[in-house]
Amino acid sequence: MTHFYAWLGVFLIVVTSTTGDCLLARAMKQVGDLGALRKQRGIAQTILRVLRTPSLMLGIAFMALSFFSLLFALSWGDVSMVGPASASLTFVANAFAAKLFLHERVDRRRWTAAVFVAAGVFLLAG
Amino acid sequence: MTAGKYFVLLGVAAFGAIGDTLLARGMKSFGAVAPSQIFHLLSAVLNPWVFLGIFFLLAFMSAYLSALSWADLTYVLPATAFGYVFIAVIARFLLHEHISPVRWLGIVLITAGVGFVAGGPESSSTKKTGGTESALSTAGTRP
Repeated sequence: MTHFYAWLGVFLIVVTSTTGDCLLARAMKQVGDLGALRKQRGIAQTILRVLRTPSLMLGIAFMALSFFSLLFALSWGDVSMVGPASASLTFVANAFAAKLFLHERVDRRRWTAAVFVAAGVFLLAG
Repeated sequence: MTAGKYFVLLGVAAFGAIGDTLLARGMKSFGAVAPSQIFHLLSAVLNPWVFLGIFFLLAFMSAYLSALSWADLTYVLPATAFGYVFIAVIARFLLHEHISPVRWLGIVLITAGVGFVAGGPESSSTKKTGGTESALSTAGTRP
């Protein structure tokens, strides 16, 4: 059962952090290039514009959920399993989610990168 | 892509890695927290290492959001992973820690993955615009 809860925790981390990342990415696409915005309207207006984007706040809420899922997973499983498993699976899940929900053009180059980075993170953190 | 944008991506990798390391260092000296004393975690913020870690993670968040404003998620994410490579290299050459061959292989894979993405366009929309431009110029040359 301990094993089941640890993997449930990993699953929750992957789902919540992928959702969070996609929402943050969507929010920032709506806002547009921050560098150009800052030149036009100044830093204060740029920060206000970012904070007023609803999907940004939702994204941050999902990031917080992901953090608590990590704490939950760590309370049931070893850090040497939870850390690499959740980090590497999140990279691959994000590539799928970016293609599905953000309609990013995930070409062969980016798929290869997602798999390489996921494998690398797994080996480095393991 | 301008040099400024590469600096933002470098910031994403470096600030995230430094922030995580500072948090881990702080929480080691703070000690384990039992689930029944979960609110005790709030006082961890007063630990200097944790405080500095949060400062770096705020810098990471600004750089990350800035990068997402002009680049795809699948372009920015490998940059965050490059932070792990930074930490490993710092651990090896500044702290003289041993890095196993398996970890070196991990470093090589992440670096190769980042290289793959960095060689391509940073945004799908940029690619589309490029496509439209070339289509227009082709149309323009037609008699």
